[in-house]
Amino acid sequence: MTHTRASRLPLYCFIAFSALMWSIPAEAHLNSTGMGPFYDGLMHFIMSPEDIIPVLALALLAGLRGATYGRRALFVLPMAWLLGALAGLTSLATHAYPFIAAGWFLLLGGLVAADAKLSLRITTGLATLLGLYHGYLNGIGMGQSLSVMIVLLGLVFAIFVVVALVSAFVVQLRASWARIAIRVGGSWIAASGLLMLGWAIRTR
Amino acid sequence: MPHRKQILARWLGELIIISLWSQNAFAHPQKGEAVGFLTGFRHPISGLDHVLAMVAVGLWGAQLGSPAIWLLPVAFPMVMAFGGMLGLVGVPLPGAEYGIALSAIMLGAAVLFEIRPPLTIAAILVGFFAIFHGHAHGTELPAGQSALLYSIGFVIATGCLHAVGIGIGTVHRWGWGQKVLRAAGGLVTLGGFFFLWRAVA
Repeated sequence: MTHTRASRLPLYCFIAFSALMWSIPAEAHLNSTGMGPFYDGLMHFIMSPEDIIPVLALALLAGLRGATYGRRALFVLPMAWLLGALAGLTSLATHAYPFIAAGWFLLLGGLVAADAKLSLRITTGLATLLGLYHGYLNGIGMGQSLSVMIVLLGLVFAIFVVVALVSAFVVQLRASWARIAIRVGGSWIAASGLLMLGWAIRTR
Repeated sequence: MPHRKQILARWLGELIIISLWSQNAFAHPQKGEAVGFLTGFRHPISGLDHVLAMVAVGLWGAQLGSPAIWLLPVAFPMVMAFGGMLGLVGVPLPGAEYGIALSAIMLGAAVLFEIRPPLTIAAILVGFFAIFHGHAHGTELPAGQSALLYSIGFVIATGCLHAVGIGIGTVHRWGWGQKVLRAAGGLVTLGGFFFLWRAVA
């Protein structure tokens, strides 16, 4: 006697289909999560070479000096940037100072190229000044929209991540050629600053 | 069963409809932004006279070994950028073309004869010629570009040319490689003489 068992496939399909029909909206998109401005801030920083390159230079400088310096830059720079941006929000006038931007490139790039043995206090001061100045410029450009705090959060988050990754990468470098490569990178930043200075004088 | 041509026609129709639905890619660089970077990056590479000298700096650095191997490629972009700044602000530098041609002759000869001066002298020589290259670049700068991105592209390209020279120079560790390197120096010198002749003519 042959016994034929009914296939359970239709039942499984029905259960799967029912489960799919019960699924709730994921709301994973930026317009439903409200995270759009966060990514605006994050991308603004990543896509702005005048912001990201001095931050990279500071992270390289801190990384060359060691973990303590890296940790200090990691927390001081984003906080100063945030404070500067908050101050900038209250300002209405927008002024671009290309000389100062070139100066940051020259100073930080030059310090990395020279592998300058700065004290922790001076490094902290540099991080504070850089954060306050660039944050202030960012804040001026943001206007008075309601989502500005989320934008700032994204921006500060991006700075934190970039400093953490870059300085941690440099701290663990032991080979002399690798540290020299970092210094060569610093010299490129300083050289770019010199050219920017020329541009600034030319277009003044 | 539908004919193969019908299937193909249907596929093509669907493909056309999908293609027409495509959204803007926004994949192009913003005006005055990446254009500046690419223009800056192309600038040092676009002239053979510049390329010869910059590669020769890397070759010489590799020949001299540490610390010249990294000091010379650091000195050149820094001083070149200073020369570029002078060119940008309009400080005249007479005989820049002769200086560029002479740089290829001198740096090529240094590689050809494997000259080993003290590090300071080598750095001063490289820096001196870098001013001419930078000045020429600075005065030839196109208008309407992004200053920042142009500068970054310009410096990165220069550094890459040095890296090419250093990369070629790694053959110095072998006996045959030393001969090849000196021959490359000879070629750079010949190129320099050609550019000097052209500048005079």
